Amino acid sequence: MSNLTVSLSPHVRSETTTRKIMCNVIIALIPAVVFAVYWFGFGILVTIALSVLSAVGSEALMQKILKRPITVDDGSAAVTGLLLAMTLPAGTPWYVPVAGAVFAIVVAKQVFGGLGDNFVNPALAGRAFLLASFPVAMTTYPQVVDAVSSATPLSSEFVGTIDYVQAFLGRIGGSIGEVSKLALLAGAVYLIVLKVIDWRIPLSYLGTMALLTLAAGEPVLDSVLLGGTVLGAFFMATDYVTSPVPPWGRVLYGVGIGVINFAIRKWGAYPEGVTYAILLMNVAAPLLERATRPRKYGEVREHA
Amino acid sequence: MNKVKSFAGGIHPLHAIGSGKGLTQSLPIEELPAPKRVYIPMVQHIGAPCAPCVAVGDHVARGQKVGEVRGFVSAPVHASVSGTVVSIAPHLTIGGNLVPCVVIENDGKEEWAPECALGERSPEEVDASAALAAVLEGGLVGMGGATFPTHVKLSPPKDKRIDYLLLNGAECEPYLTADHRMMLENCKKIIGGVQVIARILGNPQCIVGIEANKKDAIARMEQAAEGTGITIASMPVKYPQGSEKQLISVLTGRKVPSGKLPMDAGCVVVNVSSAAAVYDAVMLRRPLTERVVTVTGAVGQPRNLRVRIGTLVEELVAYCGGLKGEVDRVVSGGPMMGMALFDLAVPVTKGTSGVLALTREQTSPGKLTNCIRCGRCLKGCPMHLMPFELCNDVEKNDWKAAEKHNVLDCVECGSCTYVCPAKRAITSSIRIAKRQVMALRKKK
Repeated sequence: MSNLTVSLSPHVRSETTTRKIMCNVIIALIPAVVFAVYWFGFGILVTIALSVLSAVGSEALMQKILKRPITVDDGSAAVTGLLLAMTLPAGTPWYVPVAGAVFAIVVAKQVFGGLGDNFVNPALAGRAFLLASFPVAMTTYPQVVDAVSSATPLSSEFVGTIDYVQAFLGRIGGSIGEVSKLALLAGAVYLIVLKVIDWRIPLSYLGTMALLTLAAGEPVLDSVLLGGTVLGAFFMATDYVTSPVPPWGRVLYGVGIGVINFAIRKWGAYPEGVTYAILLMNVAAPLLERATRPRKYGEVREHA
Repeated sequence: MNKVKSFAGGIHPLHAIGSGKGLTQSLPIEELPAPKRVYIPMVQHIGAPCAPCVAVGDHVARGQKVGEVRGFVSAPVHASVSGTVVSIAPHLTIGGNLVPCVVIENDGKEEWAPECALGERSPEEVDASAALAAVLEGGLVGMGGATFPTHVKLSPPKDKRIDYLLLNGAECEPYLTADHRMMLENCKKIIGGVQVIARILGNPQCIVGIEANKKDAIARMEQAAEGTGITIASMPVKYPQGSEKQLISVLTGRKVPSGKLPMDAGCVVVNVSSAAAVYDAVMLRRPLTERVVTVTGAVGQPRNLRVRIGTLVEELVAYCGGLKGEVDRVVSGGPMMGMALFDLAVPVTKGTSGVLALTREQTSPGKLTNCIRCGRCLKGCPMHLMPFELCNDVEKNDWKAAEKHNVLDCVECGSCTYVCPAKRAITSSIRIAKRQVMALRKKK
């Protein structure tokens, strides 16, 4: 009698794991965090820590209560906490990140079954919850220019003007992780090169935004560079769980986010719109998935 | 040489370690000495089992038929050594089944049966029907692993026109190098076999598809094919390129309609080693009694061995220095589609392309998590299905949904399971669904 394992093929697996994917997302956000510390000071690390710890803690607690296996080591709750923190203004009171992260994990994720079963992006659901609950705290941005007025050699030339170079580097008011587009794009390139995220979603989203803005005769760079668009396009809209899987589904999904985002900014009372655009398209994702199912091999009956 | 584009979907398994082929690809084929005893299973093909046509105590010569076909889709089996039949009894085989085996005690004389010793046939005496008869008598089956009887493949119904004869030299399974070595060392024989098969099929266009990681084989085959009209195509490396349907797409641009056979797309696909065996059987009158097996992975000295059919796998492993390290499983074939063995005392059959020992570290699937809908399985699926969705259907026992989601089109290549970061056993789930759907269809 031998003691060989007998199991069905395949007998080997790739190195990629859920945990590694989540770790890569965290790594990709590190440049943005570093820039944020540079512009806003070390205080933002407290906000980030509160958000991450609340997310991980509430996930563990919920899983214990629901008698599910505790899976916080997969890193998904940490990613949710970090992403939520990136969307908060610097210097928010301590209860804002805590409440947002708990809502994100408990209501948006665990109630629907945990990782993979949530139908909206937990971080954005948390942010939407905070926008409704603490509207003032959520829209009070400290002025970056005042905070670090002598920090950059560019400052003497650009003080008082809104400049795209400044916006690109993050010398502009905004949420913690949204300000430096350069840092976000560095992280995005990392994720695209490692094939963690699909370029289709950000490209179709930002492309749609840019085209619509151009057609409306407004400054194109404003639309894609200001606010949370870049963070949303590369880090939020690309969330696997809440976006369609088929390639064309992803394109349509990105286009949909772009259209809604543009509409909210142009005609809505709310100046931002990234959060709601993505959340709305999250809800449409299953439909898009069904509509864009790939055609199976050999479905075409005739051959040349 | 013709460079072609690869198919949509597919993966690069074990890319980081060069698909594991480095262990054996530069090692010439060695002859494994014929064992003292061979166990010839009566089932070494897809189709009806053979009936033993010798009795215990009979003296048999090498190449003598010991199992006769019982049905059209079947292939006879032959003695791989000369000697005495010592028993005809069920024996454990690679698939884990007990199969009747003719056990022959080797007398070491290596005598060939009289019908095999008549010498080489001249090309003139081999017309299409004589060649086809020799293919049937030679017990030829697809040697890539599917073991479909070759003579059936070469007898398409009259209304199916065969435009292409495609030779499968992809060898896309990691670790395996048997076909690679065959192409390097037996290129003339392979080309000769292709010409025989082409004659049987009414001279269709012949293309040999070889993956670009076997540049030496491409060059050698190209040389051998010069002036024959047979083209050699270099294919980008991708798994599962050696799967019939994918190979047809890559080499001809045609697609086999869902649920149909290659001949419905005007194609016949034959493995390169099978083509060499066709040459042996038709031109040299030698039936299929040996084959090349790559013994590799966690063994003392990985090797490419020419092995008599019916040799026990444990003898191959012993010849290669035994298992090395903490071996978790031994696989017949490659790591993607091979079959894990219950026991090493099982005979090599016509479809055994490799014996691969894998360590616990290599086979550990990693931590199971919920599906995160990353889409890697969809991207990797060569049949363009949505494996994660099928996996969900199975978890809900929703066989109707699985059927609607084309579960029966799955070729079980394992690409989805390989790439899954959540480490879900997608292919296994799909296998369950396929059985259920087939069972429900039969009931109707």
